[in-house]
Amino acid sequence: MVDTIVFVISAIICLTGAIGVIAAKNPVHSALMLVMTLFGIAVLFIAQEAHFLAAVQVIVYAGAIVVLFLFVIMLLGVDVAADLELGELRSQRPAALAFVAASLGLIGFLIWKVDNPATGAISQGGAIDESTPNVNLLAESLFSDYVYAFELTSVLLVIAVVGAVILARKQRTSAPDEEVTR
Amino acid sequence: MIEVTASWYLVLGALLFTIGGAGLLLRRNPLVMLMCVELMLNGINLSFVTFSRMLNDVAGQTVVFFVLVVAAAEVVVGLGLVVAILRRKPGATADDLNVLKG
Repeated sequence: MVDTIVFVISAIICLTGAIGVIAAKNPVHSALMLVMTLFGIAVLFIAQEAHFLAAVQVIVYAGAIVVLFLFVIMLLGVDVAADLELGELRSQRPAALAFVAASLGLIGFLIWKVDNPATGAISQGGAIDESTPNVNLLAESLFSDYVYAFELTSVLLVIAVVGAVILARKQRTSAPDEEVTR
Repeated sequence: MIEVTASWYLVLGALLFTIGGAGLLLRRNPLVMLMCVELMLNGINLSFVTFSRMLNDVAGQTVVFFVLVVAAAEVVVGLGLVVAILRRKPGATADDLNVLKG
């Protein structure tokens, strides 16, 4: 009963936000609609007992990534309405239509044919024990089974930071770039 | 009242992925395109958490953690590129970036 109400409200929030992201003319509105979707997904995470991920979703996505988006929008001053008409690339709209049709067809097929989409075996090793807090379970999995992947993500983050600094830095010598700028 | 099954969550995740993909193909503002990628990743995250609950396996949630890290790295580098491009060509859309076109 409560599950259903929570799911329906969150799903409506998520889908409204998602359509808002791609339909809003102003990039700032897109970013705010994205926040709406992210909050809806955080609620659905809590409904599925993934409490840590719900917190991280709000902190990292809504708190850091969307703020980064808004920061860049304001920095570049591109918060003007864009026209959503067709550009040079004529095949854009048919391609999007084909993608949506294929995806909806696949979703419909899944609903129609498949009763239980999870085909894997029930976990033995990393089983979710209801009595242990979600954070403890996640930490145990992260720092034992996935510890190499975890270390690699730190390398990835360092590379991303260095890359962003190099990319966004102002060029002092702009002579070779003249041709690109035109 | 109808019972919420795991399939509902999977369908919602797939719908978010579809909307994000459609936006990625339709919009030409590079910033909005990056936001659409975020939407697609979130749809996938929702599916991962749902499978994690269905199979009673916390590994699904661990994968979501990694997806979050990769998404953050992607946004940082992507926005760096956008800043670098838009500084040289103010108001450029994805259609204007055709320097490499043959």
